[in-house]
Amino acid sequence: MVTNGKNRHSGQTIIKLAALAVGGQGGGVLTNWITDVAERNGYLAQSTSVAGVAQRTGATIYYVEMCPDTGRRPVFALSPAQGDVDILIAAELMEAGRAVMRGFVTPDRTTLIASSHRIAAVSEKIEPGDGRADAETVHESARRAASRYVAFDMEKIAVEAGSVISASLFGALAGSGALPFPRESYEETIRASGRGVKASLAAFGMAYERAAAGAEAEGAAVAAGAAAPKGIAVRGPERLVARWNALTARAGAYPEPVRAMVLAGLRKVVDYQDPVYGAEYLDRVDQALKLDGEEHGHALSTAAAKHLANAMCYDDILRVADLKTRTARDLRIRREMNVGGENVLQVTEFFHPRVEELCGTLPARLGLFIEGRPALAGWIDRRINRGRRIRTDSLLGFGSLWLIGTLRPWRRSLLRHQVERAHLERWYALALATAPKDYALAVEILNCRRLIKGYSDTHVRAHSKFDRVLSGLKPLEGRPDAADWLRRLREAALKDEKGTMLDGALKTIATLDAD
Amino acid sequence: MAERSFAKEVEKLRFGAGETFHGEGILAITKALLQCGVGYVGGYQGAPISHLMDVLADAQEILGELGVHFEASASEATATAMLAASVHYPIRGACTFKSAVGLNVASDALANLASGGVTGGALIIVGEDYGEGSSIMQERSHPFAMKSQVWLLDPRANLPSIVKAVEDGFELSEASNTPVMLMVRIRSCHVTGSFETKDNKRPTMTVAEALEAPRRDTNRIVLPPASFLHEKEKVEKRMPAAVDFIRSRKINEFFGPTSGKAGIILQGGMYNAVIRALQRLGLADVYGETDVPLYVLNAVYPLVEDEVIAFCEDKDSVLVVEEGQPNYLEQAIAAMMHKAELDTRILGKEMLPMAGEYTGQVMLDGLSAYLRAHAPELLSAQFLAPNASGDNALAADLAKVVPGRPPGFCTGCPERPIFAATKLIEQELGPHHIASDIGCHLFSIMPPFELGATTMGYGLGPASASAFNAPNAKRRSISFVGDGGFWHNGLTSSIGNAVFNQNDGVIVVVDNYYSAATGGQDILSSRAENRTKSTKHPITDAVKGMGVKWVRHIDRTYDVTRVRAALREALTTQEKGPKVIVASSECMLNRQRREKPLTAKAIAGGERVVKPRFGVDEDVCTGDHACMRLSGCPSLSVKTLDDPLRDDPVAAIDHTCVGCGNCGEVADAAVLCPSFYRADVVHNPGRWDRFMNGLRRGITSFLQGRREKRRLIFAEA
Repeated sequence: MVTNGKNRHSGQTIIKLAALAVGGQGGGVLTNWITDVAERNGYLAQSTSVAGVAQRTGATIYYVEMCPDTGRRPVFALSPAQGDVDILIAAELMEAGRAVMRGFVTPDRTTLIASSHRIAAVSEKIEPGDGRADAETVHESARRAASRYVAFDMEKIAVEAGSVISASLFGALAGSGALPFPRESYEETIRASGRGVKASLAAFGMAYERAAAGAEAEGAAVAAGAAAPKGIAVRGPERLVARWNALTARAGAYPEPVRAMVLAGLRKVVDYQDPVYGAEYLDRVDQALKLDGEEHGHALSTAAAKHLANAMCYDDILRVADLKTRTARDLRIRREMNVGGENVLQVTEFFHPRVEELCGTLPARLGLFIEGRPALAGWIDRRINRGRRIRTDSLLGFGSLWLIGTLRPWRRSLLRHQVERAHLERWYALALATAPKDYALAVEILNCRRLIKGYSDTHVRAHSKFDRVLSGLKPLEGRPDAADWLRRLREAALKDEKGTMLDGALKTIATLDAD
Repeated sequence: MAERSFAKEVEKLRFGAGETFHGEGILAITKALLQCGVGYVGGYQGAPISHLMDVLADAQEILGELGVHFEASASEATATAMLAASVHYPIRGACTFKSAVGLNVASDALANLASGGVTGGALIIVGEDYGEGSSIMQERSHPFAMKSQVWLLDPRANLPSIVKAVEDGFELSEASNTPVMLMVRIRSCHVTGSFETKDNKRPTMTVAEALEAPRRDTNRIVLPPASFLHEKEKVEKRMPAAVDFIRSRKINEFFGPTSGKAGIILQGGMYNAVIRALQRLGLADVYGETDVPLYVLNAVYPLVEDEVIAFCEDKDSVLVVEEGQPNYLEQAIAAMMHKAELDTRILGKEMLPMAGEYTGQVMLDGLSAYLRAHAPELLSAQFLAPNASGDNALAADLAKVVPGRPPGFCTGCPERPIFAATKLIEQELGPHHIASDIGCHLFSIMPPFELGATTMGYGLGPASASAFNAPNAKRRSISFVGDGGFWHNGLTSSIGNAVFNQNDGVIVVVDNYYSAATGGQDILSSRAENRTKSTKHPITDAVKGMGVKWVRHIDRTYDVTRVRAALREALTTQEKGPKVIVASSECMLNRQRREKPLTAKAIAGGERVVKPRFGVDEDVCTGDHACMRLSGCPSLSVKTLDDPLRDDPVAAIDHTCVGCGNCGEVADAAVLCPSFYRADVVHNPGRWDRFMNGLRRGITSFLQGRREKRRLIFAEA
């Protein structure tokens, strides 16, 4: 709380509270509650906001000032000022960061109450790679900037209570004790608001307890949970389980850093095809292992274990059909969509098959035959290339996907498999051949597999990026920093859709020889 | 119906003498209008005065009881032209709109109104959309007052002052036969507070009474020779009358000591920020008692010269706190000093920035710089040294991390698929010149769409593409206009112009059933029943009536494939003349507001209700985010999987999804991937639903079981 300067002092102080939210989070409700609870406690309060189009899904600020009612009218300001905020509520983590950035959080006085959940901004979502902002930097800055930092996932609490985040933010504000008002008066305010009172009070209560208990950033707790090693639970026919156990026993003999990755990869590959495929996978990993050693921390084999699994489990129609007809998937959707009681679930899938997908799913020779005849392929494409909505809760829709799933045992003979295997072998051979000359570069070659993703056109684009990145290898050969450059190329490729940044990076590489 | 309902709050408008009103600034203005016996009110919505229009619309019953006519005007020009009712008749009238954009549109009517002058009080309430949170070009309303010679009030931002300004405004208008502008800034429109109410007054003459007894006076009409007389009257009679009124009624206020070495002249709207800065400098207490002489201009045009001179003459220097540019007040006051041969130093923009909002920090910096230089004896030691700079390193670290969050399309917005289709057609046919307009659809210029090259004013999207009409060019221009802009001005200025000039471009009218960006007010083509307005006038009819031959109507914008096909046809057809596509689907914000309570009620009442929502199969999603580059929907985001094999986050749809369909449509139209699914949950299923469900689930689980018995099943991660 601010005390006025030396010359003038009326004995009263103004409490200044700002709330930063993302448009649509209900910041207006929260500010109304805050002014209401202040007035209930004999304070005069004033709130302001900026409504309008600027608010649609964008960052917004609400501002409240309050002062004990002495019968005289105080002069309140209309917007928060840097270094002059007592309580800052951020309804999302990056908004907390924005508050610190804008100078609204200062160590001499500001209690920062932030929900630690993320609402990704558009710029974070549209990168082909991982464009998300680093949460830890924000937590770290918030701890340094605030006099007190109360942060936990208030969105989760709200959703669990069937309420909205304004209720849990209000609870955290009350629980933090930053305002001199008793808990009951906050609850009275919620009751008086008259809508969704029960759920709001539940969310309020949970957040109150967390804040009162001095909840700080929960990053550490989550990290500890994730670190716990997990065994892989499996069930099935004895014969298959025995073969699975044999595979895991083989993987168990791998050096420590590789083992976890190999087990994850093995699970994926066997789930995708069968134990034989799993053995094939381990054979391939072994090739890397032979070239590897402790002095490198087994980076090559770990990368191989990871990316081989992804490469071997290419996304074909069989896989999609298989995944979409599993019991586990049905249960997951029911859980996520809260389908309970008598309610009936209907599920519509969106497919858009083209002649390419059809050929990929045909025996290799037949597929190649069609692909080799553009007129024929075009004729077929015109007949099948359109969006298809398939109801997987209906017998026809489910049945057709289930039938596609029955093709699985023949997958190895299909055209797509031949294409993918050839591609995999070229890439893997390149990495293995590079390893003795430049170990780090070989690891980076393996990591380039990350570029290949998506379906149809997106997949084609991904392949082209992959090829362009690897085309950078030639000028890099023999350079001591080749691995670093390849990593930079790959990261550039993940920055935008068309690969504009990648082209820029490739140009830079082309000029490297000059120096 | 508008986005926000004031049905409950408007009851406060009935308060009588001596009651205390608590609420928002905007509602206080409405109450003040009624207390002043206003006879008619009009306006055009737009932040920050949208809610004023919404309050008036919700208060029609009360207005009707008092005999007050209310209109939701077609544009700001219409609203201002409406004040012509006060030219010959002693009726008080008011109109309201957002500014400076509103005054830009209204200035034709404003100039005519100001020339002839008024008999009844005419008040123009302008919502000054300047500074943080503004959605328009940064200009001032001030010069409009100067060039048309109408008076401009800028009251202190608290409810009693704003209410008083309404009362003063009408009286000033009548005393000087001049329309008066009352300026309210963004935050003062939404500031909460209280004031003591008075009884509402019936207008002394209603519009009905005026119609029954028509009057005219050729001298009040803008045509020579009267127009020359008007100009003389303005400077010889009306301006002096206004100055007398402002002086005698003490519209401007003085605070702090009566004399001193230094003083501050400020716009009324700057008062709170100035006091806050003085509080922080130890020169004012929480109640505004201050050690610095303040001269607060609640009337910023015209200035009362003798008041200014009296305030300045004993001071060495005076700081003029005037937000925005050019600095008309500072220039005028400096000129007064010069003419009066005073050597008081007038400072302003040397201490405070020329451009931009005077936020708390800006004001603090400006005032302390001024006082340090010109009245250091007022400051205690701690403020004499310049402020220590904050933790800049912290801000610099964060600047690299914290993403910008500009406004964008809401969850389920029907405009999103239109721009997804446009992006797809550009992938197919190459980039085009795209002209944008004003409205939510202008968010298309932001990621992920990044479509649109210019915006030239409300309803002027297609007009701004009119130069691009070259018969030899291989490509056509595309222009967008919203339904709001279409009815505001677009029908004539854009569509009519394109027809008349045989423009060959493509025009997309984005029809979301409301003036959505301003808060969901009804317009001519709204589909809603409106008790007091005539709605349901199809845009396609208007376009055809204007003479457009090629018109396509898409009644479900979410059909991306169809929107793309319409665009493709429009861009490639041999037909000449403008190609107009009207793309219609209801604004999701308003639709949800309307439907959500009904759905909840139906479910609770045991009715069969199907609720759609989208989901992503995370094991099918490969995490390339192509879908998000065609969406940007807040409910479609990224999440990390607990899988060491995956580097990049996958798509995920959260519980806020409204099931609009864009994800599935885009996945289909752009041939993206099969990860999306739509889950329709049937609440209170009927017997047939349950029977079919039982049958289907029986068979599917038999098939699932058969397959899963023969394979390894891994527990879900």
